[in-house]
Amino acid sequence: MMISVKKLVKRFGPITVLRELDLEVEQGEFVALLGPNGAGKTTLLRILATLSKPNSGQVSVASFRLPDQAVYVREQLGVVSHLPLLYGDLTADENLAFYGRLYGIGSARQEQVLGLVGLSARKDDLVRTFSRGMQQRLAIGRAILHSPRILLLDEPHTGLDQEAGEILDRVLREVALEGRTVMMTSHDLIRAADLATRLVVLSKGKIRASLSKEQFQSGDLVSLYREAIVGGEGLK
Amino acid sequence: MKSYLNAVKAVIWKDLTAEWRTRENLTAMLVFALLTVLIFNFALELDIQAQESLSAGILWVTFVFAGTIGLNRSMASEKDRGCLDGLLLAPVDRSVIYFGKVIGNMIFMLLVELIILPIYSFLFTVPVFQPGFLLVVFLGSFGYVAVGTLLATMVIQVRTRDILLPILLFPLTLPVVIAAVKASQGFLEFLPVAEVSTWLNLLIVYDLIFIAVAFMVFDYVVEE
Repeated sequence: MMISVKKLVKRFGPITVLRELDLEVEQGEFVALLGPNGAGKTTLLRILATLSKPNSGQVSVASFRLPDQAVYVREQLGVVSHLPLLYGDLTADENLAFYGRLYGIGSARQEQVLGLVGLSARKDDLVRTFSRGMQQRLAIGRAILHSPRILLLDEPHTGLDQEAGEILDRVLREVALEGRTVMMTSHDLIRAADLATRLVVLSKGKIRASLSKEQFQSGDLVSLYREAIVGGEGLK
Repeated sequence: MKSYLNAVKAVIWKDLTAEWRTRENLTAMLVFALLTVLIFNFALELDIQAQESLSAGILWVTFVFAGTIGLNRSMASEKDRGCLDGLLLAPVDRSVIYFGKVIGNMIFMLLVELIILPIYSFLFTVPVFQPGFLLVVFLGSFGYVAVGTLLATMVIQVRTRDILLPILLFPLTLPVVIAAVKASQGFLEFLPVAEVSTWLNLLIVYDLIFIAVAFMVFDYVVEE
């Protein structure tokens, strides 16, 4: 199991965001995490990314326990959030060189990644001159620079126009095809269903539904999603 | 150890490259420091005695305020575009970020001091270019930056961080500022080293303690 979460609880002061959440993700799966605002999607992703610590429960990523073995987990992870995590006053090449040095990666891999995300021609331009779509592509490049086994994506399509979104989808498909385990939060049901091999619906800090590709392709996606959320409303 | 040092160097390189391109941080620090020295010079122009007795204090007030501007801006650049998360995701000990930022901030502080000291020496007619005095400037600045970088990281998530940083920083760095002013004044008055050594020792001990404390607590400081 690439990601294993058991009875995970996360509180922020008096507010409980994740309530004894259980989730398992196998190697090579592309899981889309869906749910309304405040469901706990980003919090779950931040815990898996070692950026936040759980209050209780067991979390393991790539067979390493969190939070005790966080440094080893970080070696296996690539993270893309709705913010690009890039320095605007550095060029695309310099940004990748900086992260490459933190990860101990050589410059040959940099060139390869820039080609993969289609930014070789703009590698010497400052990131602050990039469009939002180009920044997100470079953010994916940064996330896969060290060839991680797991990719965590937190609403990567936020703020992208149709064309930029499609380019990002193409890059994500290529990245997933390399055998990586991908977990992505999204509000876009159609796009999530198009990319993912499994849809997981989260509401009020608990998993309400887990739908395989066969299930969500054979039924009405919106109805399935609503049923999961409404079913969850009744639960305490 | 080699990868640790490489990661520290990467953080320093990143800060210097970005600053070289924009010069935003250095310009703000330098303009503020220049104005402070000039205003004090004009304010005390008619009173030579006051100038002599206050000159070391004026210098450190200048460095402390300019340094605070630099510390605030240095961490703000990590907050923009979520870059701090990018650093925290790297598979390295998180103290790498602290030491990289401390050295980067120290380089900016020393560059400002390098420009301010000759101007200060000219305006206040004080002999600053003596090894003992320069050592005090280095030790005092290092102590201030070491504590300041830790606190600037602590308040990075707070909306009122520009105000909160000096409120937390000034009381905590009072010992280092007092010791630096006393030691600087001693060297400017050509007192024997034995008379200044207490303040020098205090600066060294302060620097060592706060570097050790920061190394131990930085992981908790950046924790959500």
